[in-house]
Amino acid sequence: MSERVFVAMSGGVDSSVAAAILAERGYDVVGVWMRLVDAPAAADAPRCCGTDEAGEDARRAAAHLGIPFYSLDYADVFRRGVVDRFVSAYAHGATPNPCVACNAHVKFEALLRDVIAKFGARRLATGHYARVRQDDGRWHLLRARDAAKDQSYALYMLGQRELGRTLFPIGEMAAKEETRALAMTYGLPNARKAESMDICFVPGDHRDLVRGRAPEAFVPGPIERADGSVIGRHAGVGGLTVGQRRGVGAAAGERLYVLRLDLERNAAVVGTREEVTTRMYALDELCFTRGEAPAARFASTAAVRYRGTPIRCEVEVDGERGVLRLAEPALVAPGQAAVLYDGDEVIGGGTVRQALAA
Amino acid sequence: MRRTYLDHAATTPVDPEVAAAMARVLREVPGNPSSIYAEGRRARSLVDEAREQVAAAIGADPAEVVFTSGGTEADNLALRGVLAAREGEADGLVVSTIEHHAVLDTAEDLERHGRARVTRIGVGRDGLVDPADVARAIEPRTALVSIMHANNEIGTIEPIAEIGEICRAKGVTFHTDAVQSVGVLPFDVRTLPVDLVSVNAHKFYGPKGVGALYVRSGTRCATVQTGGGQEKGRRTGTENVPGIVALGAAMRIASERRERDARRLSALRDRIVDGVRARIPGAVLTGHPTRRLPNNASFCFPGTQGESLVVALDLEGIAASSGSACTSGSTEPSHVLTAIGLERSVAQGSLRLTVGRGTTDEDVDRLLEVLPRVVARLRAVSEETVTVPS
Repeated sequence: MSERVFVAMSGGVDSSVAAAILAERGYDVVGVWMRLVDAPAAADAPRCCGTDEAGEDARRAAAHLGIPFYSLDYADVFRRGVVDRFVSAYAHGATPNPCVACNAHVKFEALLRDVIAKFGARRLATGHYARVRQDDGRWHLLRARDAAKDQSYALYMLGQRELGRTLFPIGEMAAKEETRALAMTYGLPNARKAESMDICFVPGDHRDLVRGRAPEAFVPGPIERADGSVIGRHAGVGGLTVGQRRGVGAAAGERLYVLRLDLERNAAVVGTREEVTTRMYALDELCFTRGEAPAARFASTAAVRYRGTPIRCEVEVDGERGVLRLAEPALVAPGQAAVLYDGDEVIGGGTVRQALAA
Repeated sequence: MRRTYLDHAATTPVDPEVAAAMARVLREVPGNPSSIYAEGRRARSLVDEAREQVAAAIGADPAEVVFTSGGTEADNLALRGVLAAREGEADGLVVSTIEHHAVLDTAEDLERHGRARVTRIGVGRDGLVDPADVARAIEPRTALVSIMHANNEIGTIEPIAEIGEICRAKGVTFHTDAVQSVGVLPFDVRTLPVDLVSVNAHKFYGPKGVGALYVRSGTRCATVQTGGGQEKGRRTGTENVPGIVALGAAMRIASERRERDARRLSALRDRIVDGVRARIPGAVLTGHPTRRLPNNASFCFPGTQGESLVVALDLEGIAASSGSACTSGSTEPSHVLTAIGLERSVAQGSLRLTVGRGTTDEDVDRLLEVLPRVVARLRAVSEETVTVPS
């Protein structure tokens, strides 16, 4: 009997083509769509891949391919693993990456566990643009062939167990156009569907969600320059992001960015791009695809935002914590992921906790 | 893969004789029953004949049978029709907490729009409604009591004869949703004190999309839909002639086979119940141990989730459900399992196995081989386990 693979189908083109490719390769493919909210009209209802409409698109794509398909309920896991963390991070002056949280806690934890242990699959496939290679007895996570679509940044938390159980057929595509062309060739009903954008579970302004769930983070406070001079009032740190320029509440002739959020004093410190001198950041939740750090202290390159160009760096590791020293200053919000690359290979990463004084 | 279908409470395969009768109408009877010419008269006589078949099967007069699009419409017509007919004089509606959503949600809708005051009566751990509770719930302005004949999830058979007697004594109209029982249990309106009865063809080997409401002669039940006045105005709209013919045929066949089927099905069901209890530790049989539908074996397996059970069984070639087919896709414990007082953690692991005419001993053997393995596998993966097994 052929190897059973579950494909996480979002209703979009990429995961549908992933399912089609695997079915054509002779895998015993089963489509699965994750329901991420309970009620269709919830205020924090996802508006793309977790909604019933997307589930219908996924179901129709699976039916077209003639594969079994299930909608499975992950609303609890999603709420705890993604939405609650998202709200809490913003309320604490951090800028979370919900895609990283979703991959870490929903797709490659709860769903992967279920398809392997409950439903007897060998692997879970998704429509991510990334590649997995087995080499010298170890699994490697690589950037997608199409650098413009690469999503390896949001997958850095995958370890050997997860990588050995994962397939990313779309990572081999030369370009998004190839995926779409394949979708047309397979006659997929969603071949022309638009790409999903933004934060999937926030229907409008994410600040409304945070305000509703954590009103305490919306107490107005001072906007200060680095020298302590007050130049205005902000509406609450829950609505601010490090690196943000517009809508902070400071009226100044020059372009000012949020440099940091001081929760104890409820202050937002702003400054010019030139005032950003930070090269050193504390990291936590450090993890490595091979299971351990290459050394206690090693040179690497770090991407500090989704599709960001990796910056030369040095990493000092102490268990799950570490210090990241960048070769050039960068403005990185706490809560963002710093992903370590060796060329095209993701070797691991961690969450930026705070900027450190040099 | 060989399939084992154990979800006859969701729907049944159409009997070949029924399918043939229906196909014949589609091919050979083009007329509208309301037309006065030959084609119309032909269609009309087929509808009449089906009405007689349905009436005969439940001991009714043909004039008391109203064809509908199925069980949900029959329930809606009963509740909305009776309350509309009594508007201004009586607006009390009594239902149990384990009714099908077609009744529960209709009651809620009537309540929300101020057209009914609804009293919901609970059930015991076995799913039984206590007739004394019905008696207590009835007050002078009660218009209708609606208690199902047999529950679709747990199979408990309600004491509708006693409840009907109480309603009759108090002059209250009594409706029963008999969608799960007609065709399976004996049902005769000459002996049962019921005024309105909902039935649904696809639960007894007829097609989907056709059902009927029995309305006892003299029962005040207004129409809820307006149009051309078919079904004596009680359910207007051009008759679903092929569906109605099929309903009649399915009803006739079910009556003929009922006793034989019931004996065979209850033997299969007992094999499932005994086998599951012997092989799966902690299995909880839900519903009444003896007062239950002959084809229903429903369980909870603590430490599992119904949704996962259904998926894992399907991948092994077995079709079953975690409860009502109408609520699948939700991991919330059903209102029925909550109403019988099951803990959420127990109710989450629900599985309904319903046998039918096509079920064989080999099907039960397969189930008893596969299900213990599936339950054990799911139990090994508790929700707290986060690592992927290597």
